Amino acid sequence: MELHKLTIAEALKGLREGTFTSVDLTQALINVMEASQADIHAYVTIDAEGALAQAAECDRRRAAGEDLPMLGVPIAIKDNMNVIGQPCTASSRILEGYVAPYDATVIAKLRAAGAVFLGRTNMDEFALGSTTQTSGFGPTENPVARGCIPGGSSGGSAAAVGGDLAICALGSDTGGSIRQPASHCGIVGVKPTYGRVSRYGIVACASSLDQVGPMTKTVEDAAILMNVISGRDPMDATSLDEPVPDYTTAWQGCDPDQPLKGMTFGIPEEYYGDGLDDEVRAFAEAMKARVVALGGTLKPVSLPHSQYGIPTYYICMTAEISANLARFDGVRYGQRVPCDDVIEQYKRTRAEGFGAEVKRRVLLGTFVLSSGYYDAYYNRAQKVRTLIRRDFNQAFAECDALLTPVTPEPAWPLGVYQDDPIRNYLSDVLTVGVNLAGCCAIAIPAGTTQAGKPVGIQLIAPNFGEMTLFKAAKALELPRA
Amino acid sequence: MPGFDIDRVAHLARLDLTEEERTTFGSQLETIVAYVDRIAGLDVADEKATLHGHQVNNIFRADTPVEGLETEAALANAPARIEDEIRMPRIVE
Repeated sequence: MELHKLTIAEALKGLREGTFTSVDLTQALINVMEASQADIHAYVTIDAEGALAQAAECDRRRAAGEDLPMLGVPIAIKDNMNVIGQPCTASSRILEGYVAPYDATVIAKLRAAGAVFLGRTNMDEFALGSTTQTSGFGPTENPVARGCIPGGSSGGSAAAVGGDLAICALGSDTGGSIRQPASHCGIVGVKPTYGRVSRYGIVACASSLDQVGPMTKTVEDAAILMNVISGRDPMDATSLDEPVPDYTTAWQGCDPDQPLKGMTFGIPEEYYGDGLDDEVRAFAEAMKARVVALGGTLKPVSLPHSQYGIPTYYICMTAEISANLARFDGVRYGQRVPCDDVIEQYKRTRAEGFGAEVKRRVLLGTFVLSSGYYDAYYNRAQKVRTLIRRDFNQAFAECDALLTPVTPEPAWPLGVYQDDPIRNYLSDVLTVGVNLAGCCAIAIPAGTTQAGKPVGIQLIAPNFGEMTLFKAAKALELPRA
Repeated sequence: MPGFDIDRVAHLARLDLTEEERTTFGSQLETIVAYVDRIAGLDVADEKATLHGHQVNNIFRADTPVEGLETEAALANAPARIEDEIRMPRIVE
């Protein structure tokens, strides 16, 4: 048995039956993680010693008769979530040397559920990117489509799970940063409803858009992780006090032959436009046929303001980034370039610590918030956000979920488009609307192109419609290779 | 895009830019601003702003002390310190 290839459900079964220990499982993963660093570079930090100590403790607890939802299961964590005692850099040089003094709420919940923290996955610097190439510590390579980007910003987490270098991982999604890399690496990724999962202890990207979510090998695994991380947190005032159902029951009681019977899937024409790659379109069409074969109904719907998604997103997101990243000034933590003058110290510290994409977006965000431009850009974009959100609500009046591609094209080669910011921004065109509207979405694998590149499909459901997502995704999920 | 003053924006953003960055970012940002400007044509006069993924009102809790970070833990990441304080350049003449 190749332990590193297991899913969460398989790992839990083996641990419960005593087939192997958490130390066995953790050591197997560390072996492949360390061996893959030179070419895949999924991790920025591997905590072998810490993980093995946690695993040994989990084994002792299990031997003493304890069981927990994740007891002894190793997980990889995106480098923007605080895990006490581990570095947390958001893949930025400005945070080099920073050691987390506390656990993010999602980490505390995973710890209480018995998870083992393997290490920290690479990402675009401060989650600003769609390729993981803006990392201050070097890019990650797609473990399936070799030579290509893994997507981003949670590209390290996607590569770790897609390359069997982790059982599962957490990512964060501001405009597609879980779903897009999940699609490029052939795994499952969930962007929960805004307010479903606590953001406390996450290095903030754009606070009104960010959500943490699972990145896993199967839909069932994603549901297991969602059970652990969801819920109201007094430390995050934007987390909502909605009940957390058992997501692993979402597909129970379905007719095995017609599991989607009674469900209507909206097909938004704007998401199937001219810019779509032929193979991506073919996989989406195949998934539509699969919906019908499984008893579901398709219905054309419209999201008429979709064309304004990217401009609106890049105004709202950069505005929030410019404010959130103001805290990286070399005063309380992180790198500092010492100067005699305090303003000069801020400027030089940030000039040295931030990479080009971070600077570009901080500048844009500062501009759209600056006196004389605030109304024309930021204020207006927030109103357009209202229109985009209304589009989704109107579409959901006619269907249970939307079915769309995740990205317009499969993963592209490393190094391409790096000097063309707008080209990169446009790759988020099918994912940003969900974050602007606040609703939830899941990306699941739909197939692999002739060139061997994974392609995903996206299901989008209304706020707190995660049960709908899991029910549909479980039915549509293809057998794993 | 008229009015895009890279030096003013960089100062507001507290970023020192090299001469090369001034040129590159200046031209890239003009292109990006021209692109995002396509929302200018929409009539949104009667629309309310959406600031969040959902409507959040004031959230209150009882004003009771809870445990927080210990001083040493909070200061452990400071780049420069003098005992229990963070060291900074003089800001008062």
